[in-house]
Amino acid sequence: MPIIELSEVTKTYQGERPLRNASVPAVYDVSFQIEKGEVLALLGPSGSGKTTLLRLIAGFETPESGKIILDGRDVSVKGQVVPPEKRGIGMVFQDSSLFPHLTVRQNIAFGLYRYNKNEQERKVLEMIGLVGLTGFLDRYPHELSGGQQQRVALARALAPNPIVLLLDEPFSNLDPDMRSKMREEVHAILKRVSMTAILVTHDHEEAFTIADKVAVLNAGKIEQIDTPEMIYHLPKTYFVADFVGSADFIEGEVTADGKIYTEIGAFPNEIGRGGSRTAPNIVVMIRPDDIHLIPDPNGIAKIVSKQFRGSENLYKVLLPSGAIVHSSEHSLVDYPHGMNVRIALTATHTVVFSASSIKGRG
Amino acid sequence: MIGKTASFLIASLIAAPILVILSSWRTPMDDVFLHLMSTGLSEVLFNTLWLVMGVAVGTTVLGVSLAWLTATLEFPGRAIFNWALVLPLAIPTYVLAFVNIALALPGIRSTGGIIFVMTMALYPYVYLLARNGFLTSGKRATEVAQSLGQTPISAFFKVALPMAQPMILSGLMLALMETLADFGAVSIFNYDTFTTTLYKAWFSMFSLNAAAKFSSFLVVLAFLLLWLEQRARQSKRYIPAEKQPRSAMRVPLNGAPRFLASAYCFTILFVAFIVPVMYLSIGAFTVLSEDLDSRYFGFLGRSLGLSAMAALLVVAGALLMSYTHRYHKIAFLVRLATVGYALPGTILAVAGIMITTSAGFLTGTLFAMMLGYLTRFMAVAHNPIESGMARITPHIDEAARSLGAGGLRMITKVQMPLLREGLIVGAILVFVDVMKEMPITLMTRPFGWDTLAVRIFEFTAEGDWERATLPAITLVLTGLLPVILLTRRLERCPS
Repeated sequence: MPIIELSEVTKTYQGERPLRNASVPAVYDVSFQIEKGEVLALLGPSGSGKTTLLRLIAGFETPESGKIILDGRDVSVKGQVVPPEKRGIGMVFQDSSLFPHLTVRQNIAFGLYRYNKNEQERKVLEMIGLVGLTGFLDRYPHELSGGQQQRVALARALAPNPIVLLLDEPFSNLDPDMRSKMREEVHAILKRVSMTAILVTHDHEEAFTIADKVAVLNAGKIEQIDTPEMIYHLPKTYFVADFVGSADFIEGEVTADGKIYTEIGAFPNEIGRGGSRTAPNIVVMIRPDDIHLIPDPNGIAKIVSKQFRGSENLYKVLLPSGAIVHSSEHSLVDYPHGMNVRIALTATHTVVFSASSIKGRG
Repeated sequence: MIGKTASFLIASLIAAPILVILSSWRTPMDDVFLHLMSTGLSEVLFNTLWLVMGVAVGTTVLGVSLAWLTATLEFPGRAIFNWALVLPLAIPTYVLAFVNIALALPGIRSTGGIIFVMTMALYPYVYLLARNGFLTSGKRATEVAQSLGQTPISAFFKVALPMAQPMILSGLMLALMETLADFGAVSIFNYDTFTTTLYKAWFSMFSLNAAAKFSSFLVVLAFLLLWLEQRARQSKRYIPAEKQPRSAMRVPLNGAPRFLASAYCFTILFVAFIVPVMYLSIGAFTVLSEDLDSRYFGFLGRSLGLSAMAALLVVAGALLMSYTHRYHKIAFLVRLATVGYALPGTILAVAGIMITTSAGFLTGTLFAMMLGYLTRFMAVAHNPIESGMARITPHIDEAARSLGAGGLRMITKVQMPLLREGLIVGAILVFVDVMKEMPITLMTRPFGWDTLAVRIFEFTAEGDWERATLPAITLVLTGLLPVILLTRRLERCPS
């Protein structure tokens, strides 16, 4: 049985948010299920409704229609919506929401008021050990770094052993080094205590590192909900393909032999997903790791620019039609600007969309 | 919902005095009013005009120059002058007034004399805000100007001063509101202004209605200043706030200017604080054996009791408004409830008396007095409470709720501890302001409720300066409390 279940949840903000069109729902007809111990990432650009969705589950917002079931209990019954403090959730926010007047120990113990003193102390020690801040128990929040504050916030949220942990862009205020370190740590901690969690983020790398499943949101709707690998390699919609990772789109033609011809070569038309594969005008998604550059004086493509990225070089390549594709190559090989190259396809799958589905986008 | 209704009631209570004053025009003009208009109006107008202009020039020159010296230059004693120059705020204007008269400085009983006294008492408003402006906003811009070839001094005049201008103006408006509202100092100087005239209309000509009508001129002037102040405050926004004001790189002075700067700061401090405090101390010491009796403790007790009552009342009202605003956004009501600081106490007293006399059962109670305090000092309590409230971000509320603490537990365990400092500061500020307050207390006190401020008024009315020193030094010592609070905050700022 799933531990969290949303069915056809819709939420529209009334008035108050002048920047948003009040008639457009912030979350529209969203349904999904999460199994116990699973980590789901809600991934989307700002305004896609991901935070609203999280706040609906937390109980800070009330859905207009639809059902939210937490651990077998319907918390969204009209007229008797369960308030956040009665839902058994844990939450970590993007800014430090630690209580500034309480020490780390008191912060972690805050949600443990139903336990007796000894149990409280035991839990606090367990949690502080889990996030690796033993020895910081008597400090105040302002004496901690940003990363430490977020770790305490995590410990505080986990201490009462919630049904689900809700993480609202918890790393976005940290500097990049700390961010990637925290991602791995949080992933390890969640797995260690088999915590069910939902993470809101606009960063696909973060979603991929932490989550078992990713739901990509656009304009209040779920575009695709899948494993990180499927989301990246086999996006169902043009939006997902474009938003998650970098991708180029080049025109192609479906032929009778079941292949898709493009100016950089023929793609098999088998495993692919996406829009109509029989439409005459289609585009093929090319990820930088789907193609490989081979130096060739007779090659039709030309290197326009290079970005050094440490372990790899990202080349921007101009095709005869004027289209641009990107290719990532090992950084030990260095191709000069303006060099002619041939393009080899390394993709094991083909993702195509009908050209009409991408009009006016990107 | 309860909060909204209660806030609406508080706001209407606070707005009531203005309506009462204006409604006095529904009745015909009586002889007293006509007499006041024909004999006194032009004199009162010119007196007020001279006073306001004089104090404006005086406080601006003193406040800005002192702020500039202590904020941007380095000279002997600067670190002490930095906070000590705020100390005159502890001395009520009427105390400084009678001390200067008692010292019988040549030519003090003149227009220039009262301007001098008010300037010495009120320049700290301009000093504080100008100093704040120079320290927080002009810093980076001044550095940019210097990198573009300006000297530190010319950069100050071209960049820092114009940038701090809205803050200076804001401080000036506060000083001028105090000037306009002043009753004690001008009556000691026998300098007729609106406040003394309407006191006379009520106290010796027995026409409350004439006093109310006369008050409406003052209401208009007060709101003019309020409007200017709010404009200055709004235009402060164009200053990009630096998140962490870095410690200032002050320019060290050399040679003669070094000592001139010290001497200048010391002179002001000497005249505005050291001399008066010394005079009061010596005076109080001589009358101590005679006057420190049970009657004195009666005055002191009533002062403390009334101030404590008012502090509780005003803080409770401000807390209620602040809470309601947090959840229901009642910005207009909050604004309405906090404009009272611009209204002179004499007006609030007249309005309070009118309300209590028309609702007979309130006469002889503390109602008019407390209403006056509530109106005049709401903003004083509101500011620290509101800034405490702003520190409790919505996420802190939500974190508490996600940890199972809703309602009462969230209020007692999270919000109240975080608001405590604001509540205490608000209560202290109101407490001390009420202690020093003269016209509302004087005019609306029920029989037998004489306080220290009333005592000072009575002694000075008889020219008995020496006996006024004991209650005066008591007030000054109490007044030091919020000033110390303030200077401690100053020291936390880089200085």
